Amino acid sequence: MLNISDVMQTVNMIDHQHLDIRTITLGISLYDCADSNISKCARKIYDKICRKAEHLVETGNQIEIEYGIPIINKRISVTPIAQAAAACESNDYSLIGRAMNDAAKECGVNFIGGYSALVHKGFTESDRKLIASIPETLAGTELVCSSVNVATTKAGINMDAVALMGTVIKRTANLTADRDGLGCAKLVVFANAVEDNPFMAGAFHGSGEPECVINVGVSGPGVVWRALQEVKGKSFDVVAETVKRTAFRITRMGQVVANAASERLGIPFGIVDLSLAPTPAKGDSVARILEAMGLEICGTHGTTAALALLNDAVKKGGVMASGHVGGLSGAFIPVSEDEGMIHAVKSGVLNIEKLEAMTCVCSVGLDMIAVPGNTSAETISAIIADESAIGVINNKTTAVRIIPAPNKNVGDSVEFGGLLGSAPVMRVNSAGSGEFIARGGRIPAPIHSLRN
Amino acid sequence: MKAIMTVTAQDRVGIIAGVCSLLADMGVNILDISQTVMQGIFTMTLLVDTSTSSHTFDEIHSALLKRGETEHLNIHIQRSDIFEAMHRV
Repeated sequence: MLNISDVMQTVNMIDHQHLDIRTITLGISLYDCADSNISKCARKIYDKICRKAEHLVETGNQIEIEYGIPIINKRISVTPIAQAAAACESNDYSLIGRAMNDAAKECGVNFIGGYSALVHKGFTESDRKLIASIPETLAGTELVCSSVNVATTKAGINMDAVALMGTVIKRTANLTADRDGLGCAKLVVFANAVEDNPFMAGAFHGSGEPECVINVGVSGPGVVWRALQEVKGKSFDVVAETVKRTAFRITRMGQVVANAASERLGIPFGIVDLSLAPTPAKGDSVARILEAMGLEICGTHGTTAALALLNDAVKKGGVMASGHVGGLSGAFIPVSEDEGMIHAVKSGVLNIEKLEAMTCVCSVGLDMIAVPGNTSAETISAIIADESAIGVINNKTTAVRIIPAPNKNVGDSVEFGGLLGSAPVMRVNSAGSGEFIARGGRIPAPIHSLRN
Repeated sequence: MKAIMTVTAQDRVGIIAGVCSLLADMGVNILDISQTVMQGIFTMTLLVDTSTSSHTFDEIHSALLKRGETEHLNIHIQRSDIFEAMHRV
C-alpha cells in the first residue's frame, strides 16, 4: 500500500491547504447553429448547449465524491459568438446572450464563456455587432462572460479595437453601477488569447478545437505556500525545486480528474491548465507565496523576480504530470480574488505600475483591478494598449479585466462576493492619453529577430 | 472500486474496532491497513475494496461521514488512483 505519510499529505492538502480543481470546463462548438434568423439561431444554441452539457454538473459532483477532491466550478465555453452568429440578419445579438444564460442555468453551471470576438487584425460586421451588445448583455445576464482579443504577436495591435473597448468597459460599468460595476468582472480584453482556456471570464472554444472538449483548470496556491514554509532561508535552487515538485502533484490530480470526466462524459480530453489560481480565502493566495520567498509585502522590489521563478517552476513541474498542457498555465495575479494582493494594495505597496511589470512574467495580465469611476475611456484604452504591447512583444498572453467602479474613488472598495472577491480602488495616472488613443489604426506586428 | 480510507482522531481505545465493524457491516473488504500515532493523533489508512459491498460508493461515503461525526473521527474515503497519481511518477 501507499506510504501513510504520502496519503496524509494529500488529505492535508485538500483539508487544510485549499487544494482543489478550480474548474472543469466543457468546450462546445456552435458553428452548426448558424441561422439567418436570430431567434432560430438562439434556439439552436440553447438546445445544443443543454444537450451537450446535460450531465456535466452531475458527473463533476460524482467525481468530487469519489475522489474526495472539491471541484469548485463546472463551466461551459462556446465558439466566439461573433463567429457563430455571423449569419444572423440582426443588429442585436443580446437574444443570443440570453439564450446562453438560460442554457447555463438549465445545466447548473456557474459561468458560460464565449460571448466573444477576435478582432486583432480588424472587425467583421458581426464583430462590431457583438462588441456593441456586450454592455447590455453583461448587465442583463448573470452567467455570461465576454472576451475580445485585440492583439496578437503575428498581427500587431488593433488600436481601433483598443479604443472601442475603453468605451465598452465604461458603458458596462455604468449599466451595472448598482453592483459596483460587476459587469466588467465578466469582461476580458486579451492579447494573444488562447483557444483552450478553461478559466473565466476569458474562456471561449477556439476555431481549432474539436466538436466538444473537456479542459481542466487546477489550483493550489495554498499547497505551494505550505511547501515553501519548509524551505525558509534556503537558496532559490531549493525554492524552484520545491515549487516544481508541488506543481507536479497538483497537476497529476488535475489529470486524473480530467481523464475521469472525459471518460464518463464520452467527450475527449483537451488540456490541463497548470494555473495557480487564487481565491479570496485566507491561505489560497499567490501574493503570499511571493512573500514566502522573503518579500515583506507583495509589490516591493524583488516581486517581479519572485513571480518569474514561480511562474516558470509551476510550468516545469506541471508539464511532466499531464499528457497535454494548455490554456493560460502559470500564476494568476488577480487583485480582488487574492487575499494577499488585496492586503498589498491596501498597505500601499502594490500599485498598477508594479502589477504591469509583474504581468511581463506571469500567465495573464492586469486582472480584477478596480479603478476610480471617473477614469476616462481613453485612459482605460491606454492601459489595454500597454498590456497588449507587453503580450505582443513578449509572445505571451496578456489581458485586462478592469473595473472603473462607478461613484467610487481611491480609498473605497468594491464588493463582488464569492470567488470574485472585493477590490480596493487603485490610483491611475491622471495625465491624459486621449490624443494617443484617438489616432486609431494598427500598431504593426513586431520583428522577432534581433532580439534585445 | 479500490479506495483509500483515512481516519484521524484523538487517540483512544476502540477506534479501529468501530471503523472496521462498520465496514464489515456494509460488506466492504479491507485489503491493507496501516496505523500509527503521529504527535498524539491516531492516524490510520486502509486500502479497501467497495465492489464486495451491496451498497453504492455514495452510501458507503455517507455512512462513514455520519459515523465520523457522531464519534469525532475525521474520515475520508477516496478512490486510490488519486494517491497513486500524486505520489508515483
